[in-house]
Amino acid sequence: MRVMAQMSMIMNLDKCIGCHTCSVTCKQVWTNRTGVEYAWFNNVETRPGLGYPREYENQEKWKGGWVRNKRGRLQLKAGGRLKKLSQIFNNPNLPQIDDYYEPWTYDYDMLTTAPAGTQSPVARPKSLLTGQDIDIKWSGNWDDDLGGSQETASQDPILATMSEKVKMEFEETFMFYLPRICEHCLNPACVAACPSGAMYKREEDGIVLVDEDACRGWRMCVSACPYKKVYFNHKTGKAEKCTLCYPLIEQGKPTICSETCVGRLRYLGLMLYDADAVLAAASIENDQDLLDAQRACFLDPFDPEVIAAAKAEGMADDWIEAAQNSPIYKLISEFEVALPLHPEYRTMPMVWYIPPLSPVVDVVSNSGSDGEDARTLFAAIDKLRIPVEYLAGLFSAGDVVPVELSLRKLAAMRAYMRDINLGNEPDERIPNAVGMTGETITAMYRLLAIAKYEDRYVIPKAHVETARELDELGCSLDNDGGPGMGGPREHAGPHNAGDAGPAGPYGNTPGMPLNATVDNYNQMVGDSPIIKTRPATPGRINLLNWNGGGVPQGLFPPIADAGSPA
Amino acid sequence: MTAWDYLLWVAFPYAASGVFVVGHLLRYRYDQFGWTSRSSQTYENRLLRWGSPMFHYGILMVIGGHVVGLFIPKPWLEFFGVTEHMYHLGATWLGSFAAVLTVAGLAILIYRRRLTKRVLLVTTVMDKFMYVFLASTIAFGTTATVLYQIFGGGYDYRGSISPWIRSLYSFQPDPSLMSDVPFFFQLHVLTATTLFLLWPFTRLVHVFSAPLGYLVRPYVVYRSRDDPRGAGSRAPRRGWEKSERPLERSRK
Repeated sequence: MRVMAQMSMIMNLDKCIGCHTCSVTCKQVWTNRTGVEYAWFNNVETRPGLGYPREYENQEKWKGGWVRNKRGRLQLKAGGRLKKLSQIFNNPNLPQIDDYYEPWTYDYDMLTTAPAGTQSPVARPKSLLTGQDIDIKWSGNWDDDLGGSQETASQDPILATMSEKVKMEFEETFMFYLPRICEHCLNPACVAACPSGAMYKREEDGIVLVDEDACRGWRMCVSACPYKKVYFNHKTGKAEKCTLCYPLIEQGKPTICSETCVGRLRYLGLMLYDADAVLAAASIENDQDLLDAQRACFLDPFDPEVIAAAKAEGMADDWIEAAQNSPIYKLISEFEVALPLHPEYRTMPMVWYIPPLSPVVDVVSNSGSDGEDARTLFAAIDKLRIPVEYLAGLFSAGDVVPVELSLRKLAAMRAYMRDINLGNEPDERIPNAVGMTGETITAMYRLLAIAKYEDRYVIPKAHVETARELDELGCSLDNDGGPGMGGPREHAGPHNAGDAGPAGPYGNTPGMPLNATVDNYNQMVGDSPIIKTRPATPGRINLLNWNGGGVPQGLFPPIADAGSPA
Repeated sequence: MTAWDYLLWVAFPYAASGVFVVGHLLRYRYDQFGWTSRSSQTYENRLLRWGSPMFHYGILMVIGGHVVGLFIPKPWLEFFGVTEHMYHLGATWLGSFAAVLTVAGLAILIYRRRLTKRVLLVTTVMDKFMYVFLASTIAFGTTATVLYQIFGGGYDYRGSISPWIRSLYSFQPDPSLMSDVPFFFQLHVLTATTLFLLWPFTRLVHVFSAPLGYLVRPYVVYRSRDDPRGAGSRAPRRGWEKSERPLERSRK
């Protein structure tokens, strides 16, 4: 048994209202740079729908993930090592930028500089690749809220596998939102496909990262990821991906997408797992057994044997405690309501989902029945095959049993808690019908409905080792402008951390380059007068870093001297 | 021998070799972030799907042929029973096949780079510079082979060019060996030397990243936060060029 910790996420789809706040804040932080305009480390797609990039789930087309070969061994779906190397000059499975969408902006300048005329000026869309006018025909979220789905949804790869077809007529369609980030898999296909060995899984928290210095731009990771969550920066020629906001996670803080989620539907916490068991679990024969196989890899953080083994691996006590308090462990292993996205890709994904009951509730309520009555809901889950089968296509390789069980638990929770809210005698038969007790179902209700910030995000801080602290001292010759560099740095950030401008994330600073790390983060953003007052670009202040106090230098344009030309 | 002979066949190759070695070492030390093939496959794949494998497999064969022809002395091959006639046949026919692949592939690639607007806009000045010398090296080499080896009587460069190169690397340079070499071979050598001079400053550095280690390493790579190569532990180094929005550039 080799105990490893995995920082994991669970999203409660019943609460997602499809507002895209997670996507927008993520983009502002990570991908507002040239070269990744088209990339959304976090995206929210409407299901049924094609997703982003278009039809990414069709692995017959994209050859992502793993397959079990005839000898019962796991191999990348796109082929073995020799085949991959032979295709290095042209990756046959690489999505084109048009499969995501051609990034564009608008010619806003025209609105203010157009000569006076009889017509209002318009800001035409311009391609960010060529600068020319484009006709926008697709984007990262073109079928949002089923817009245009009568045309496109039939190409949804999940619908294609279902026995019954969803009618795309307005009153007969169900829909829900699916927010997606990198899955930070236990058996990541992207890492396995990287010819350079530049992608890695962090030993401490399992976050999958790209070493931007070691990446040589072979693009195998992009096609190997079945979720298409590694992106090729077409400007720098390097791969980039969701980092699970590791600089925040290391501080014990939630990711940007979690922090800004208005529905508070995201949970973050540790899962302990047996790294030695992963390969065998991922190689299991039947696709539909993969969910249970993955669950069996997870370790009970209360088991004394597991605790002893974790300590033997050097895991700190506060990490074991965090694993015991983890909302992820409760939702996956105790309540068993969370399910992985596409376990059949055999990557052992670690961003799990609580399937949405709302498509079922909506149908029940619309038909005039009581949408919170346990028996009605149970019957509806049995009867409404289409949503359940569709969800099974997403979360359990097509096996409806785990999805049904999860939905029944959610339905039982609604019914049981309604009795309590109305002051009725709670009916213990309801939780018993789904294998739970009143106590556990109340605990699940507390976690899903009213959990506080610190209950939703149980994130232990990273431990700074001595070697790292010494490393931070750096070399005095290696400063910006120092003899080791020969001028201000032009690119502020490998390791996905950069912005394209000349300034670092906290503005230009004299002396040591400011890198937010575990040991100096609070000091840097909390106290540093440099950060608060120094403008990120000459003559301007970065309002995002302004705490609202005083009048920092650069808040207003400089007052022109009398007589000097304006 | 004139001063020109010394300049072209001694000084220039040594200068180019020096820049090649030192340039690569410096770039590897200071510009890991810029060390990439800078693929444009996401922009255009219809032409690249054919052009890129043709060019790359062709040029690999060409490089293999050059290693045999230039660095293995004639007596060594003869020891293994490879006669002059066999060598000539092999070099001419295999070489021609590789040349056709390479030239056709390169033609597709240059056509694509020039006429696909998305690809053209990300082409740097250094790329264009590199393309000129790469294409002319291949063109002169092919011309020399066709003129002298196929239609001419056959020129034995293993008696002149090969010993000249080996004389350079044994540090006993003999420029007289190159004086009487046919014109297109001379041109081929000169453009190739210039290409080596430019090499460390172009995207050609990706040649030295051929990921052969992939064949033997474990599939899933783990790395500790405390790994000195890890994220966030050192000052970011210079990238390969300042990024600029294409829209702004196209307006200039």
